[in-house]
Amino acid sequence: MDLEYGPEYDVFRKQVRAFIEAHSHLAPPSSDRAARPSSKAVEWQKLLIEHGYTARTIPQAYGGYGAEPDILQSRIIAEEFARARVPGGLSNQGISMFVPTLLELGTEEQKRRWIEPTLKGDVVWCQGYSEPGAGSDLANLKTSAHIENDEFVVNGQKIWTSTAKQADMIFCLVRTEPDAPKHGGISYLIFSMDTPGIEVRPLKTMTGHAEFNEVFFTDVRVPMHQIVGQRGQGWFVANATLGHERGMLGDPDALENRLEALIALMQEERLGQGRAIDNPVLRDRLVALQAEVAAMKYNGMRILSNSLRGEPGGMAKLIVKLQSCELAHQISALAIDAMGELGILYHHSPREREGGAWQWNYMFQLGLIIGGGTAQIQKNIIAERGLEMPREPKLAKISDAAKATADMPRHKQGSA
Amino acid sequence: MDFGLSQDQQMLRDAVARCLADTCPLDHVRECTERDNPLSDKVLRAVQDLGIPGMLVPEEHGGLGMTLLDAAIVAEQLAYAVAPVPFLASHVLTPIALSEAGSKEQKAHWLPKIVSGEARIGVAISETIEVRDGAGVSFAAGKLNGTALFALDFEGADAFIVADSGGRLHLVGAKASGLKAIALTTIDRTRSVGELRFDGAEAEPLADDGGAAVGRLRAAGRVILAADSLGAGQAMIEKAVDYAGQREQFGRLIGSFQAVKHMCAEMAARHEPCHSLVWYAAHAFDAVPTEASLVACHAKSHTGEVHRFVARTSTEVHGGMGFTDLIGLHYWFKRIGFDRQVLGGPETVRAEAAALQGWIKAA
Ligand SMILES: Cc1cc2nc3c(=O)[nH]c(=O)nc-3n(C[C@H](O)[C@H](O)[C@H](O)COP(=O)(O)OP(=O)(O)OC[C@H]3O[C@@H](n4cnc5c(N)ncnc54)[C@H](O)[C@@H]3O)c2cc1C
Repeated sequence: MDLEYGPEYDVFRKQVRAFIEAHSHLAPPSSDRAARPSSKAVEWQKLLIEHGYTARTIPQAYGGYGAEPDILQSRIIAEEFARARVPGGLSNQGISMFVPTLLELGTEEQKRRWIEPTLKGDVVWCQGYSEPGAGSDLANLKTSAHIENDEFVVNGQKIWTSTAKQADMIFCLVRTEPDAPKHGGISYLIFSMDTPGIEVRPLKTMTGHAEFNEVFFTDVRVPMHQIVGQRGQGWFVANATLGHERGMLGDPDALENRLEALIALMQEERLGQGRAIDNPVLRDRLVALQAEVAAMKYNGMRILSNSLRGEPGGMAKLIVKLQSCELAHQISALAIDAMGELGILYHHSPREREGGAWQWNYMFQLGLIIGGGTAQIQKNIIAERGLEMPREPKLAKISDAAKATADMPRHKQGSA
Repeated sequence: MDFGLSQDQQMLRDAVARCLADTCPLDHVRECTERDNPLSDKVLRAVQDLGIPGMLVPEEHGGLGMTLLDAAIVAEQLAYAVAPVPFLASHVLTPIALSEAGSKEQKAHWLPKIVSGEARIGVAISETIEVRDGAGVSFAAGKLNGTALFALDFEGADAFIVADSGGRLHLVGAKASGLKAIALTTIDRTRSVGELRFDGAEAEPLADDGGAAVGRLRAAGRVILAADSLGAGQAMIEKAVDYAGQREQFGRLIGSFQAVKHMCAEMAARHEPCHSLVWYAAHAFDAVPTEASLVACHAKSHTGEVHRFVARTSTEVHGGMGFTDLIGLHYWFKRIGFDRQVLGGPETVRAEAAALQGWIKAA
C-alpha cells in the first residue's frame, strides 16, 4: 500500500482547485440530464479535456489528453469536483462504453475517425443490444444482417435503446451467421442513425420521460467495413462493451457526487426546529451509506491498481455493478425519506426540491439495477465466475430430464 | 375467537372490486392521469352508487355507520385499481372529524351532504406530525394564519378541516377570503394534495378537545394509508407472478429460475402478515381504543417498509418492461411511494410509536 500523496500531489490538488474556482461558472448545472449534451456541456467537456480533467489517459492522437495513468491524480480530480459539486467530464454510452471498446478492439482507422468527436460530445451513440426476446438472454438476438453487394443489410427490432432518439450513431449487435451456434453468429456493427430504414419510437418510462426507445430496422444498408472485430466475433466485442457498461454504471465518482448532494440536502432541509441531519435515525442511515460509498471508492482504487499492474480485477470488479447501482438507489431513497412528505413532490410541483431530481433518480436508479444486466444476472455471474460455483443445468439437460421423468412408468414418479 | 373479515365484509370487498374492475380499468387511469385534473368523475359516481361516501357517517345523519375496518377494505380495493378518486380525507377523515368533534349544526349541515356527494371536505393535519419548510397554522380571534402543507383530497374540495399548531381542528370554506389554495403535484397522480395559505381566513372551530380528535384522525389516516399500500402491494405481487409465468428467457419461463421464484416468495412472505396487521389496526380504531394509535403507527410504518420492497422487487421481476409505462406497473409503485411518506414516513411514525409507549419524550 503506497498512498503517499507526495508534495507533487499537493501541487496537483491546488491546480485542480484553482481550475475549478476559476472556471466553475462555465459548468453546466449538475441537474442537466439531457441525453444530448447542451452546448454548455459540450464546451465544458472540451475545456476539461484540454486541462486533462477528463479523457485524461486517452492518447492525444485520438483527441484525449494523453497523460500516463496515475491513480492518485484521478482520485484528486474526482474528489475535488465532487467536493465543489461541479460536474466532471461527460459520461454516456459513447464515451464510457464505446470508446474503451474501440481502444481495445477497433482498427486504427476507426479509432481516428470516432474517438475524438465522441469524447468531445459532438457525436452521441446509442447501444443496440436488447430485443423483445433477448434481454438477459442477449445471445438470443434475432436482428439479422445478410450481405448484398458488399453491404450488410440489417432487418429486425431493438428495444430499451437509451437515447436512440438523440443519437447520431449506434453500435449494434446483429446476427450475420444464422446457422452458427447462438453465440457464434453475432457481429458488432456501427452505423449512422440517419441511415434510411431506421425508425425510432420513444418509450415512456416510469419517470414520465422517454429515456429509451424502440428501434426498427428495415433493409438498413451498412458498408462492410463498419464492423468492430471480425464477422461472427460480435459476442466477444459486445462483452468488452458490457464490461465497460458495468464500470460506468458502477462508477464510484458518481456515487460520491450523489452522496455529497445528499449530505447537502440533509443539512439544508428543515425538519421541525432543526435540520434533517439532526434527526439521529436519518443521520445514522446517512453515515451507513457514507461508509458504503467509501468502501466502493477504495474498491475502485484497488481495481485500478490491479489493472495498472496487469492483473485481473477479480471479485472486486465483479461486484461493482450490483453494489453500486443498489447503493445509488438507496442514496435517493434516503433523500426522499429525509424530505418527508415533500419527498414525493414531482412534475414541477411548487416546493419540489432540485427539479424533482431525487425522485427521478430513485426511479432511474431502479432502472439501472435492471439495465446493463439485472441484479439477478449479476449475482449469477458473481456466483459462477467469482465463486466458481456449479452452473445451473443447461436447458437441454433439464428438458431431457423432464422427458425422462415423463417417460417413466407412473408409479415410479412419486418417489422421484 | 374469529380473526378475519366477516361475510358481509367479504361481500363488501368483492362488490367494490367488481365495481372498480368495470369502471376503472388501467386505460381509464392512464387517461385521467394525463389530464390536468386527474380525478375521475366516472369512478367517483360508481363509488357514490356503492354508498362509500356515507360509510362512516352515522345512521342518524343518513350514513351507513360502518367501521374503519370496512373503510380499510375499500381503501385496499381502491389502491388495487389505482383509482383516481378522493377517499382518505373526504370519505374517511372528514366523517370521523365531524362526528367525533363537530357541533350539532356542523354535523347537520355537512354530513348529509357528504353522504349524497354534494359536498367534499379535504383535510390538512400534517403539521401536527412534522413541520416542514416552517409551515404551521395559528388560530386567534376566529381567524387562521400561516400555511398548511399537504391538504389531502385537495382538488374539488368545498371546505377543509385544518389542524392548528395547538392541535385544534377548524373548518374553513375553500373559497374563504384570506385563503390561497395552491395545488401540489406528487409522483402519484391518482390522488390530489395541495397547500393552504391563510392570511386571516375566517374559520369555525370544531370541538376544542386538547388534540384528541386530531390524534384520532392521524390514527385513522395511517390505517387507511396502510390499507392502500396493502392493496397496491397485492396488485404488484400478482403482476410479478403472472409475468414470471409468461416471459421466457434462455428457453425457460423466468418463473422457473429460483432467483425469480425467491423474489416472488419473499414479497409474498413479507406482504402476507400485513393483511392481519392492517385488519387489527382498523379493528382497534373502533374496538380497542387504548391500542388504536400504537397499532396504527405499526401498520403504517411496517407496510411502508414492506411495500417499498415489494414495489422495487416486482419492478425487477418485470425487467425492462417494469421500468416502462407500457404495462403501467409504476402506477402502483407510485401509489406505494405516496402511502409511505404521507402522514409521516416510517422513521417519524416509529418515533411517535416509541413516544406513545413512554420510551422517549414526544417530539
Ligand atoms: C434504464 C434502462 C436502460 C437500458 N438501456 C439499454 C440500452 O441502451 N441498450 C440496450 O440494448 N438495452 C438497454 N436496456 C435493456 C437491459 O439491458 C435489459 O432490460 C436487461 O438486460 C434485462 O432484460 P429484460 O428487460 O428483457 O428482462 P428479462 O431478461 O426478461 O428479465 C426479467 C426477470 O427475469 C430475471 N432473469 C432472467 N434470466 C434469469 C436467469 N438466468 N437467472 C435468474 N434470473 C433471471 C431477471 O433478473 C429479471 O428479474 C436498458 C434497460 C433499462 C431498464
